[in-house]
Amino acid sequence: MIGGLFIYNHKGEVLISRVYRDDIGRNAVDAFRVNVIHARQQVRSPVTNIARTSFFHVKRSNIWLAAVTKQNVNAAMVFEFLYKMCDVMTAYFGKISEENIKNNFVLIYELLDEILDFGYPQNSETGALKTFITQQGIKGQHQTKEEQSQITSQVTGQIGWRREGIKYRRNELFLDVLESVNLLMSPQGQVLSAHVSGRVVMKSYLSGMPECKFGMNDKIVIDKQGKGGTTDEPGKSELGGSGKQSIAIDDCTFHQCVRLSKFDSERSISFIPPDGEYELMRYRTTKDIILPFRVIPLVREVGRTKLEVKVVIKSNFKPSLLAQKIEVRIPTPLNTSGVQVICMKGKAKYKASENAIVWKIKRMAGMKESQISAEIELLPTNDKKKWARPPISMNFEVPFAPSGLKVRYLKVFESKLNYSDHDVIKWVRYIGRSGIYETRC
Amino acid sequence: MTDSKYFTTTKKGEIFELKAELNSDKKEKKKEAVKKVIASMTVGKDVSALFPDVVNCMQTDNLELKKLVYLYLMNYAKSQPDMAIMAVNTFVKDCEDLNPLIRALAVRTMGCIRVDKITEYLCEPLRKCLKDEDPYVRKTAAVCVAKLHDINAQLVEDQGFLDTLKDLISDSNPMVVANAVAALSEIAESHPNSNLLDLNPQTINKLLTALNECTEWGQIFILDCLASYLPRDDRESQSICERVTPRLSHANSAVVLSAVKVLMKFMEMLPKDLDYYGTLLKKLAPPLVTLLSAEPELQYVALRNINLIVQKRPEILKHEMKVFFVKYNDPIYVKLEKLDIMIRLASQANIAQVLAELKEYATEVDVDFVRKAVRAIGRCAIKVEQSAERCVSTLLDLIQTKVNYVVQEAIVVIKDIFRKYPNKYESVIATLCENLDSLDEPEARAAMIWIVGEYAERIDNADELLESFLEGFHDESTQVQLQLLTAIVKLFLKKPTETQELVQQVLSLATQDSDNPDLRDRGYIYWRLLSTDPVAAKEVVLAEKPLISEETDLIEPTLLEELICHIGTLASVYHKPPSAFVEGSRGVQHKRLPPRAGSGESTESPDVGQSGPSEAPPAVIPSQGDLLGDLLNLDLAPPTATVPSVQPSMQMGAMDLLGGGLDSLLGGDIGGSPSMGAGLGAAPAAMPASLGGAPAVGGGLGDLFDLGGGVGMPTGSYVAPKTVWLLAMKAKGLEISGTFARRGGIIQMDLSLTNKAMSVMTDFAIQFNRNSFGLAPAGPLQVLTPLSPNQTIDVSLPLSTSGPVMKMEPLNNLQVAVKNNIDVFYFSCQYPLSLLFVEDGKMDRQVFLATWKDIPNDNEAQFQIKDIHLNSDVASNKLQGSNIFTIAKRTVEGQDMLYQSVKLTNGIWVLAEMRIQTGNPNYTLSIKCRAPEVCPFVYQCYELVLKN
Repeated sequence: MIGGLFIYNHKGEVLISRVYRDDIGRNAVDAFRVNVIHARQQVRSPVTNIARTSFFHVKRSNIWLAAVTKQNVNAAMVFEFLYKMCDVMTAYFGKISEENIKNNFVLIYELLDEILDFGYPQNSETGALKTFITQQGIKGQHQTKEEQSQITSQVTGQIGWRREGIKYRRNELFLDVLESVNLLMSPQGQVLSAHVSGRVVMKSYLSGMPECKFGMNDKIVIDKQGKGGTTDEPGKSELGGSGKQSIAIDDCTFHQCVRLSKFDSERSISFIPPDGEYELMRYRTTKDIILPFRVIPLVREVGRTKLEVKVVIKSNFKPSLLAQKIEVRIPTPLNTSGVQVICMKGKAKYKASENAIVWKIKRMAGMKESQISAEIELLPTNDKKKWARPPISMNFEVPFAPSGLKVRYLKVFESKLNYSDHDVIKWVRYIGRSGIYETRC
Repeated sequence: MTDSKYFTTTKKGEIFELKAELNSDKKEKKKEAVKKVIASMTVGKDVSALFPDVVNCMQTDNLELKKLVYLYLMNYAKSQPDMAIMAVNTFVKDCEDLNPLIRALAVRTMGCIRVDKITEYLCEPLRKCLKDEDPYVRKTAAVCVAKLHDINAQLVEDQGFLDTLKDLISDSNPMVVANAVAALSEIAESHPNSNLLDLNPQTINKLLTALNECTEWGQIFILDCLASYLPRDDRESQSICERVTPRLSHANSAVVLSAVKVLMKFMEMLPKDLDYYGTLLKKLAPPLVTLLSAEPELQYVALRNINLIVQKRPEILKHEMKVFFVKYNDPIYVKLEKLDIMIRLASQANIAQVLAELKEYATEVDVDFVRKAVRAIGRCAIKVEQSAERCVSTLLDLIQTKVNYVVQEAIVVIKDIFRKYPNKYESVIATLCENLDSLDEPEARAAMIWIVGEYAERIDNADELLESFLEGFHDESTQVQLQLLTAIVKLFLKKPTETQELVQQVLSLATQDSDNPDLRDRGYIYWRLLSTDPVAAKEVVLAEKPLISEETDLIEPTLLEELICHIGTLASVYHKPPSAFVEGSRGVQHKRLPPRAGSGESTESPDVGQSGPSEAPPAVIPSQGDLLGDLLNLDLAPPTATVPSVQPSMQMGAMDLLGGGLDSLLGGDIGGSPSMGAGLGAAPAAMPASLGGAPAVGGGLGDLFDLGGGVGMPTGSYVAPKTVWLLAMKAKGLEISGTFARRGGIIQMDLSLTNKAMSVMTDFAIQFNRNSFGLAPAGPLQVLTPLSPNQTIDVSLPLSTSGPVMKMEPLNNLQVAVKNNIDVFYFSCQYPLSLLFVEDGKMDRQVFLATWKDIPNDNEAQFQIKDIHLNSDVASNKLQGSNIFTIAKRTVEGQDMLYQSVKLTNGIWVLAEMRIQTGNPNYTLSIKCRAPEVCPFVYQCYELVLKN
């Protein structure tokens, strides 16, 4: 199991060091600093073995988190734990920075004591942790016996992510479908790979212990119902209509509140939600993706000192919708001496420090087209190596889900309190963003 | 107010100041001071001097302060054990606190203090906490048992905590179950043979129920534990799989990977024609692909695991090639791993896409990545024949870029392509030759030289090219020198007229001016070959080379199986068994996949592990170093390949080389006085090795020697058939079987070493532990040939009895260590005592009588030897062969009484009386000896000898 956990600043100074196992000595702290943080080479692996001791590290801005062990631990678990540790810290004091860590070091030690016991991760849901570890130090002096046992039963219980007795005057639910669409296209316009990775993020402000059921236009569910002949699902009328009827989901993963065995057998998503914001599910689709933009590059080398670039972007969605925050990044060779740009829409600038022309357009409606042309002047070099021509990348945000996913319903049942599904105010929003959206040129 | 200020105090006299503050009356000031102490501790300053002052702050009702003091205690208690005792009372009191959080805190912290005196006090509170009403306390106590076990294992067993821990598996709270499972699994790891976890269908059922309810971490503990269970049949296996598959949709990648591990393992037991088997295979792909959208570090772990899974079950991901395409801003470690998997998945169906990608990668920035991409193109060519042409032209394009390292890498892989598809792409040689000057890496230079030598007849200026390399011969690396030597010899054999001078030059450079023995030896062999029989030389050096295999860099099957059992763990990331990087007893236990469905009932048979999925172990391109391979320029050939056409000529050449010495040796042996057996015993293995180390050749010569051995061996002495002493599973592929023999007064250990790994083994050595009769190797283990994969070498090791003596249990136990270039392996075996019966063991009759009387009757042991159908004369002859001498025979009332004596190497006399009743197949044997311990073993020898 995890033998120790260290946090360093960018210089390699230790900010937090907590050792859980006897086989990890103080020298481990230095070994990591010397061999990884101060290493001259770029990091070649997130797992390093130094003198039969294994170090796992992740970096958040310029802070290093390292877990150390001498045993054959579950590596995936260690990384998951390090990410979780980051989440927990962020939930407590915001951004992970040297300043914040130093300011909260007592709290961090307290957390580390609670969520890692002898190197075994324990309940690390912030919802539960915040009931008894607070920034003013651990609560507990002035709690009643009931409160105490409530805390412990929540920390260890089946529904470790939600406490009892939550009350809201207005029961409200926000559902965000956030997708990032990834594309790799050849210069000729052939899709080399494309996939959407999506997340369903929920903010729930519901009283009591509500039982929720979430439905979407999952092909498997729809097909099953189609066969059964019962298509009159509530909510279908409001959300169906436009776009595809159903989508094929390659794979999905769920927050631990979702009953996985039920999903496996019936493909229904039911759960008791945590309070506040959390990620209900992640999914991935690869079929029939709506690619919101198409990039058509044209690069011509004119002699050895000049390059002509023309890039056309076409938007490919309903004309009534607007894409926002569009940014096209056209890489330029390292020996670029000057750039002239002409674009019809938006603003374009050559950024020498980033070796790229950055073209920004604030808004663009569907089924439109825009173009940029640039002349790049090059310094003559005798470098034999050709310019690698990195791909042209794009950023944007569109108000629909490129995968075609639609929320069909989200039902809330709370049998003990007297509010029904109809009383819950629900908000649904779709946002499609570019992930790694690249076209080779 | 912020806490960061505590990090900045660096003035002198700080400790003194802190001391004062710690003893302050004001609570706030105290707390501040403790915080400062902790901050100093974190930065690595020694604040142990403050121990008593900090411990004084412990008795407080302020929980925050208490936690800080505990933190300090955990760090320094070990250095101040006496002081730490001061804290015990507070701990014990806290364990009784009304607040469960405090009870748990106390027991948790106490377990972390590694001071013997404190652990004594820990037992009672721990016992109470394990049965606490609050689940939070119980789950903490469960882990505490593991802590205590780490400090004092005996104490945990004596106090019966293990049983309490086992009971917790049935706890109503899922988190308690999970922690109990984690603790038990850890404890079980250091007791490999104990049946601590005692997994049975009932407990498995409990675990599966808890699996649905506990935290994500708990699920990991449970799944990892489940993976070590061996279901009784395919039914149970399937039902567990069904209950584990929902975990594949968990958001936590570690849960997913651990579930994959359980499924991969249990799937082994499912019949392939089962519908469910196919369903399961399909279910595995999507979650594995999803892992690739996790954070880069997890992607890395996932990719390393996928690499294993793809080797084990390629069908799972064969349609998922695209997801492994490299993204421009993937971290380099992800890129390199993806590339590996792309090559593994490359097939005729997707090769066009793959090649297009690889070509793209070859223009990237990172040198390692580009090299690997270029190499990958070559590997695709070798793997998918249809693509070879396209690959070659892609490589040529890349060579045109003139980027130094790209060109070099391309040349190295093109050499492999030539080997795989002879006489197909040689037209590109001209292009390659243009780049001769830009090659500065040994591997590329060696590859180029190989190409020039191999195709010397088609390259007009081959002699000039090679000559140009010769100028700086001594500055080249060994690899290049060896290659150059061979290439020039090849050239000479192909164009003898023009190149005589060149070959002279290189031979003299290699033999006279070099101090590298490899190079010198090779030079001499060539020289001798060329001067004695050029025709044979041609046959040897220009022999047809076997084709190289398709798959490269495969992990050897036994290791792969073990790694599959470690999916998700560090072992799967390093691609090494845990024993390679974990110290001590933990993880030394080798895990194995369950026996394959339909592979027979006997799950216990030792070779089940190997009879896994690998129908035929794929040959792998070995690393350099195979001597024969080098000689024949087969440095890239699978060493298992036999070269039948070469064999006869090779033998001749070899004979000639060693001249008369060998003949006389052989002659001496065949004519053989038995006493020569000793020296020759070691010879069969030794001789072929010095002849150039060919497995094929070894066979031929070995036969000759075997013949000698057969003649030289005195008849009569019984030699047991060889038994397996060291399993390949336990010794990284080295299997040793053997037996003992006494031949002409010399004790020999006959060994068969079999290489079941995929790489060549060299540098063998053997050593014995001290043993009852001082057996020790009389000479080194003569395995001079590198042992190629799948090859077996028989060796006889002469033994002496002059080694150090230590009584063993059982008496005839021998502990042996065998070392090779890979590792050191240990095994123990038992030798028949007859090994030690000396030739002059015939006692004088009178002495016998006197001795018999002299030895007290207490020392007499009686045995029955059953089912022997020999008459007394045949029996005594047989026994005599093993140096059990009959001194006298009496016949009384139809009973034959044989009086026999035996002398052991250490001078102990054993006297025996054997009664044989005509018609009764059961003999009665009475043995008397001053050292009665040996009696049962002497009896064993009687039985062995008489029954065989």
